[in-house]
Amino acid sequence: MKKSVLLGTLAVAGLAAGVASASTLEEVQARGALNCGVTTGLVGFAAPDANGEWDGFDVGVCRAVAAAVLGDPSAVNFVPTTGQTRFTALASGEIDMLARNTTWTFSRDVDLRFEFTGVNYYDGQGFMVPRELGVSSAMELDGATVCIQTGTTTELNLADFFASNNMSYEPVPIETNAEAQQQYLAGACDVYTTDASGLAATRATFEDPTAHVILPEIISKEPLGPLVRHGDNEWGDIVRWTLNALIAAEELGITSANVAELAAGTNNPEINRMLGSEGDLGGMMGLSSDWAVNAISAGGNYGELFERNIGENTPIGLARGLNAQWTDGGLLYSPPFR
Amino acid sequence: MTIQVVALLLIALAFYWLGHNIVSNLRQLGKDFDFGFLWSRSGYDINQRLIEYSNNSTHGRAALVGILNTMLVAALGCALATILGVIAGVLRLSKNWIVARLMTVYVEGFRNIPLLLWIILIFAIMTEATPQPRDFRGDNPDASMILFDSVAVTNRGIFIPSPVWGDGAGLLLIVFALSLAAIWAFRRYAHKRQEATGDILPVFPVSLGLFLVPTLLVYFAFSAAISRDQYPLMGVGGQQGATLEQFVEENRNPSICAIPDTAVVNLSTELRAIGQRADIVSVSSAAQMQESLQSGDCVLAVMPPDVAATMAGSLDGVDLVTLGQTIDRGRPLQFERPQLAGFNFEGGIQLRNSLIALWFALSLYTGAFIAEIVRAGILAVSRGQTEAAFALGLQPSRTMNLVILPQALRVIIPPLISQYLNLTKNSSLAIAVGYMDVRSTLGGITINQTGRELEGMLLLGLFYLVLSLLISGVMNIYNTSVKLKER
Ligand SMILES: N[C@@H](CCC(=O)N[C@@H](CS)C(=O)NCC(=O)O)C(=O)O
Repeated sequence: MKKSVLLGTLAVAGLAAGVASASTLEEVQARGALNCGVTTGLVGFAAPDANGEWDGFDVGVCRAVAAAVLGDPSAVNFVPTTGQTRFTALASGEIDMLARNTTWTFSRDVDLRFEFTGVNYYDGQGFMVPRELGVSSAMELDGATVCIQTGTTTELNLADFFASNNMSYEPVPIETNAEAQQQYLAGACDVYTTDASGLAATRATFEDPTAHVILPEIISKEPLGPLVRHGDNEWGDIVRWTLNALIAAEELGITSANVAELAAGTNNPEINRMLGSEGDLGGMMGLSSDWAVNAISAGGNYGELFERNIGENTPIGLARGLNAQWTDGGLLYSPPFR
Repeated sequence: MTIQVVALLLIALAFYWLGHNIVSNLRQLGKDFDFGFLWSRSGYDINQRLIEYSNNSTHGRAALVGILNTMLVAALGCALATILGVIAGVLRLSKNWIVARLMTVYVEGFRNIPLLLWIILIFAIMTEATPQPRDFRGDNPDASMILFDSVAVTNRGIFIPSPVWGDGAGLLLIVFALSLAAIWAFRRYAHKRQEATGDILPVFPVSLGLFLVPTLLVYFAFSAAISRDQYPLMGVGGQQGATLEQFVEENRNPSICAIPDTAVVNLSTELRAIGQRADIVSVSSAAQMQESLQSGDCVLAVMPPDVAATMAGSLDGVDLVTLGQTIDRGRPLQFERPQLAGFNFEGGIQLRNSLIALWFALSLYTGAFIAEIVRAGILAVSRGQTEAAFALGLQPSRTMNLVILPQALRVIIPPLISQYLNLTKNSSLAIAVGYMDVRSTLGGITINQTGRELEGMLLLGLFYLVLSLLISGVMNIYNTSVKLKER
């Protein structure tokens, strides 16, 4: 009797410990949906629209990956994360990838053990102040009260910037962008600082955007991109090359409108390889051969995503700037598909 | 017996499995288990710090700043909750119908609505319903300071005057300590005498007199002696005999060397009045002051006249001038008032909205529970006791103090301990209002920047465990002291 109980427990313990973890791709395919971490809400980048559908520039990356892997851009569970919760969510496996204005830094890549799969927005940290304060440069901010989101590179850059310019400030730590907006508009802080793109997006939602100025100083480099857990290189490749496909598609003139037509075959071998009419790039990643067609049809190429969500004709009104194709003097440069 | 052995084995196995799982999962992630991050540079700033801290300090020190902030709000909360709880608990038993009902409304209102809502509600009221610092500006401002221009209520917190110790503060403290000792001795004597002869001495007025009179006398004597003293100002560069206003035209927001005392506080007050922020470099001796002036660490210095006399002309390489203006030496104890400077109020103490919201919400919420405990404690003392005391001719206040409370306390203290523990642990809801407690520093930003979730959370758990054990340890000692003594 005693023995059998003992053996039984041992067996249960052994079984429980023996469950090996499957690869992320298999997990996503078995689940039939991608768990993608996004912001808690930053209009233009990731926010639920009037119908409760998530929409935005970062959301576009999630949808493209879901389309490439599962053939369905709507097969995504969006998981809102804050600056503080995002890394735990990714490391613990709650999400398969994170697309949330996250800066690629050495320590996140190496020490926190994540894998950045590219850059979808080259950004830098800026400052926004109410126009009535009459401040025209960040150098005039000595003694100001500053709203910052905790757990970000923003708070580290801010500390460095004020220390190196021998200025003092009072940080007001904040969890989410929505909270920051409310505190800033109530005047609980004089300045709101975050990535310049985030400032533009936040300002666009104000009742009177012209009452606020974004100061000319950009105090850091913030390459924002999607990331995955370190270790599952196959999954990292899928996210990386999906993003590259969106960027290369713009360079090669593939849009959501003509992708179906081009997929039938063209006289450009790179387009043929990417869209699957030649070779088997999809198969090498464990995906179907029309993976890139699906990714591009999901929301269009990089340029289309940019123009529709944050471009100059949207309320956010960001210029392409550094985020233009390398052929137009920007930094976007996808490695070749071959 | 067999069942116990099996259960023990099962538990041991479960723990082994958990530990093994953690280790293997960490290995799979390629992470190790290491507390070294506590000694590396934190890189982030904290607004409320009770000890010296900057972004160059370590993560360990950031954790310490958070720990002190947690203990601060817990201590403030426990104190206020006890006061509110005792008042509400006693008043709920009041014979006055309205008072009793009002207390019922308070208790039920706070007991039955989640704490988090109260925290956020109080915070929202504090930020939305109060003026911004810039509303205080101008000739005809929208908002103004209260209590003789000494307190500013803003949406960034409440700014109150802060005490500054000047020359003679030490003597003041000694006199005050002696007065306290005298009060204690007098009370003992009064007690003995009452036991021996039955005479009741006027304990309260005498105590109050002892508490205030000697200290105030010394304060006024000292102030009269020194407050007219003037300290000279010496500046690097500028014109001999210039006014402060002329000097700062060349040196905006000057850095000031001073041995910390009231004179430098008076100087920064004058600077703020002309729209300048002073950056104070504390030195401990005349020689150090000389060094800092020479190295350019500061451009302005305030010092006693005898030090100034040795300083003038003795610095090589630096053009040191004596300004035409002098600064009050100050009184033994002064209060520095908050003043609007630049973006914000400066000087004095800032009680941030996050602290106030958390403190009030925790106190009001826990106070409601304590009120019930106090009420239960009082009701537990049988009516016969009160009636017997009244029959002996004791006044109601003495009946309460001498008969009811000593017995009620025995019932009240044990559940009170758990309320204190609850309040302390609930203070981790600070995250809702951005109060930088230990959960936000060690358990928030540090974990996030270093990726050491497991280590951070373990330390955090350990801290709350130790703090809780400490609180219950101290309270248990108190409990033993009020316990029924069996002889
Ligand atoms: N790029 C920085 C900052 C990221 C960040 O927090 N961005 C803000 C504003 S641009 C955001 O996405 N907020 C949305 C939210 O609160 O969920 C980092 O990676 O640490």
